Amino acid sequence: MSDATARAIAPPRRRSGPLRWLRRNLFSSPLDTALTLAALYGLYLTLPPLVQWAFIDADWVGTSRADCTSGGACWVFIATRLEQFLYGFYPAAEQWRVNLGFGLLVAVLAALSWRGLRRRWLAAALLLGYPVVAYLLFYGGALGLAVVPTHQWGGLMLTLVLAIVGIVLALPLGVLLALGRRSELPLIRAACITYIEVWRGVPLITVLFMASVMLPLFFPEEVTLDKLLRAMIGIVMFQAAYMAEVVRGGLQAIPKGQYEAAEALGLGYWQRMGLIVLPQALRLVIPGIVNTFIALFKDTTLVLIIGLFDLLGIVQQAFADPDWLGYSVEGYVFAGLLYWVFCFGMSRWSQRLERRLGQGR
Amino acid sequence: MNGPPPRRGAGRWTGWGDPRLRAVAFQALFLAAVLALAGYVLHNTLANLEARGIATGFGFLSETAGFGIIQSLIDYSETSSFGRTFLVGLLNTLLVSALGILLATLLGFLIGVGRLSGNWLIARLADAYIEIFRNIPLLLQVFFWYFAVLRALPRPRESLSLGEAVFLNLRGLYLPRPLFEPGFELVVAALGVAVVAAGLLGVWGRRRRARTGRGLPTGWIGLALLIGLPTIAFLLAGAPLGWERPALAGFNFRGGITLIPELMALLLALSIYTAAFIAEIVRAGILSVAKGQTEAAAALGLRHGQILRLVVIPQALRVIIPPLTSQYLNLLKNSSLATAIGYPDLVNVFAGTTLNQTGQAVEVIAMTMAVYLTISLAISFAMNWYNARIALTER
Amino acid sequence: MMMKPRFMPWAAAILIAALAQTALADGTLATVKERGFLQCGVNTGLPGFSNADEKGSWTGLDVDLCRAVAAAVLGGADKVRFTPLTAKERLTAVQSGEVDLLARNTTWTMTRDTSLGVHFAGINYYDGQGFLVSKDLGVKSARELDGAAVCILAGTTTELNLADYFRTHGMTYEPVVFDTADQTARGFESERCDVLTSDQSQLYAQRLKLAAPDKAVVLPEIISKEPLGPVVRQGDDRWLNIVRWTLFALIEAEELGVTSGNVDAMRESRNPAIRRLLGLEGIKGSGLGLDEGWAYRAIEEVGNYGEIFARNVGEASPLKIERGLNRLWTDGGLHYAPPIR
Repeated sequence: MSDATARAIAPPRRRSGPLRWLRRNLFSSPLDTALTLAALYGLYLTLPPLVQWAFIDADWVGTSRADCTSGGACWVFIATRLEQFLYGFYPAAEQWRVNLGFGLLVAVLAALSWRGLRRRWLAAALLLGYPVVAYLLFYGGALGLAVVPTHQWGGLMLTLVLAIVGIVLALPLGVLLALGRRSELPLIRAACITYIEVWRGVPLITVLFMASVMLPLFFPEEVTLDKLLRAMIGIVMFQAAYMAEVVRGGLQAIPKGQYEAAEALGLGYWQRMGLIVLPQALRLVIPGIVNTFIALFKDTTLVLIIGLFDLLGIVQQAFADPDWLGYSVEGYVFAGLLYWVFCFGMSRWSQRLERRLGQGR
Repeated sequence: MNGPPPRRGAGRWTGWGDPRLRAVAFQALFLAAVLALAGYVLHNTLANLEARGIATGFGFLSETAGFGIIQSLIDYSETSSFGRTFLVGLLNTLLVSALGILLATLLGFLIGVGRLSGNWLIARLADAYIEIFRNIPLLLQVFFWYFAVLRALPRPRESLSLGEAVFLNLRGLYLPRPLFEPGFELVVAALGVAVVAAGLLGVWGRRRRARTGRGLPTGWIGLALLIGLPTIAFLLAGAPLGWERPALAGFNFRGGITLIPELMALLLALSIYTAAFIAEIVRAGILSVAKGQTEAAAALGLRHGQILRLVVIPQALRVIIPPLTSQYLNLLKNSSLATAIGYPDLVNVFAGTTLNQTGQAVEVIAMTMAVYLTISLAISFAMNWYNARIALTER
Repeated sequence: MMMKPRFMPWAAAILIAALAQTALADGTLATVKERGFLQCGVNTGLPGFSNADEKGSWTGLDVDLCRAVAAAVLGGADKVRFTPLTAKERLTAVQSGEVDLLARNTTWTMTRDTSLGVHFAGINYYDGQGFLVSKDLGVKSARELDGAAVCILAGTTTELNLADYFRTHGMTYEPVVFDTADQTARGFESERCDVLTSDQSQLYAQRLKLAAPDKAVVLPEIISKEPLGPVVRQGDDRWLNIVRWTLFALIEAEELGVTSGNVDAMRESRNPAIRRLLGLEGIKGSGLGLDEGWAYRAIEEVGNYGEIFARNVGEASPLKIERGLNRLWTDGGLHYAPPIR
């Protein structure tokens, strides 16, 4: 590998080619050879039957289980229920609203990351306006849109709604908590540390249980909270604690000189934080935020335990259909693949961001 | 969300301009807000409990539970109290967490080292393992193992068996149970003696090496002691050990030790999922040891195994242990997913069934959260202490 | 970036304010009338009792009770929204006011009635806990189930009855507990357990969901009394009365022979009991805070108890459950409505 020294001594002998690569990377020692052979044998045992099952012997088109005759995977099961897996029980005539809502989100994100758009107020208007628009689209109840009660929401749509709302609301809360944890005011600091450590010390399941059975007791009798809303409150409270720790990492990475310089300029606390520290710190922790989002995306599956039908919940529920008994593996593979694509994609994106931000410094 | 007004010309006006006064005022305001919120919530809760006629207090803990639990490490029957269900659930949580931590650590270290292997195929496979299992929700993996894999096992009458002693079917894994007959205490005593002797030998060997520079294979001698002494005692006492084998009786296998499928599925999912994260931690830890260290050790004439054991791993562990502990904590918290497949852990038994039978949500949820919180905080404190300790010995 | 921290809490507040529904303090009846629909808690999926089809429209015995109450109160059986609830969350949903009425095969017990903040308004189905076993086992009686693995639904009275039954008969069992009825059925189907225990009505429904319903059989023993009925919140007596008397009106209608088909013709009847039921004379619903046509609308839109039973679980349904205890008292059953006068 050390070309420079090798050249200084003697011209390198040309040793390349596939054979040499194989020897160096797969068969360099007896142990290595044994490992390689064992791994190859393992792959031989698993891969071909898997391909056979998933593709060669699989059934792709049809309408009922009678169409699954080849003995392999029955993707017909997925195909016939795809709509339910994506939208839950959202009425078919209204599904365009969901599509439009998520389409708009992609557009907003694209607009925000477009470098030409540096006008802060437009960005703020978009960020503020979008939740309202999305709420009207998804829930309805105004502008002639029929109300779609939240218990009809489900599938991938519900998973995305929970994850996005969770992260978007947890971020500001997390920023406040992180600032509080580093505050010089002992009471505030103690309160923030307590909050963060308590939520991070308990499992999400218990938080969701709490949200679903205890939250209604906390409010006056005449206030009733929607089940989905309760789950969201639980998720946001929980996620804010994790977000606070991510943001704290960013705050700690800002050199002390920045704080001092801002103070020297005569800026007040909120101005120092809002104008100098946070913009730098948040930029640093974008990869951390993406990772938190990935974790949250996976964690949203837990809402099925309190009776919401997220993607996994609705797939799980479809197995109970007497017409389609026995196709759970297909269902799990489909759901797993969907989750995997989202999570893997985002983790790669976060790694790229990390590298790019690293280079920028 | 508005803070105090920004400071302008500090010092000129000593009213709101005084940062200390402002800090006190701000904190007092904050405290008042928190207390007001707490009071409001408390008031509402009490009013609601009163209006709905829900019982309060912890008296329910001594009432009879009246329901059965499939797996219990302590004596439990339908006539036990709700307080007992709490203990049963807690022990089941600790059981699955302890086993999960053990398996996940073994698997994670293996995969992490494999990820750095010079063997291209092994490294790629380890990589694939990590990327696949950490990007799929744990709950999905639990379901997959439980509903898709373990449910596909044969029925009790067609069990897979190993020498008529171990049986596997969709009701669980059945293992023979050791029965200790009188005289077995001797074996235990011999093991105790061997442990002490091996420890002393190790200390003496290290001192001797430090004094004279000559080493002894104390490791091998210690191992021989540990195995040899109990074996001799075992034979002398007349092999005081029998096995209770599981056997098909009526509907199910009886006797022996049963690993219920709920436990197996949870264990598989938890350890496979967590191992993916541990593997990444191990890899980062090993990579964090500077290459010069390995090269210097090689230059000193240490063999490959010695380099790993004496130079790389002790240094890597410093980097590995803090994130490893937090993975252990995650595993403990994730074990609460048991409730989705009916493994009787704390959340399932206590925050599930007991909550339902008593209706006392506030008390039950608070107790459940307190348990997890206590364990988490205890481990965090231990971790901080450990970190401080290795930081000191470093310099 | 820096915009987010300042504005997001407001957005959250707006969202929460918009989603939170504020009910008025002056009683469920007023709230329901103002809202324009009845919020009814039902089972997440139990054929014959409450089941949603692919289009999301609900049918079943419990669902029809909700519809009858909606017809009586709001003048339209379709003015009802259904909230599917699991066994664990159902009572909390009533306590918190998330649903106005819970019609979800819930057993009336003293604990629930007195210390969980809810009231039972009556009994719309007399059930009892039974056992479903596979025919292959060759079991003829529940007494032969010693050592069996039993699938149960978590957080139900069946869990307690089962423990009592096995204990009193000196038998052991292995409880396999799940959160949803579907999971218990799947556990039974895959033979994770030998026995599925639940209320008999549910066993019939779950048997239908098996791949091979003929291979499973419901054992004759009934080990508990399971009176299932609608549940309302404690502390609103008027609403309790509305639900209770709507149920009684449906039963009374069957006894008097008033059906959805002949209810208009019956208005001409001279039988004073029928005339009182249909609000033509007597108390006319004023005690309930409703108008005189409350029972008429319920019967006209939903049918009497016998029609509801036949349509959802009886001979006209796939379940084909015998009326048994659910016959009227005049036929030797237990359904008996106090006089409407």
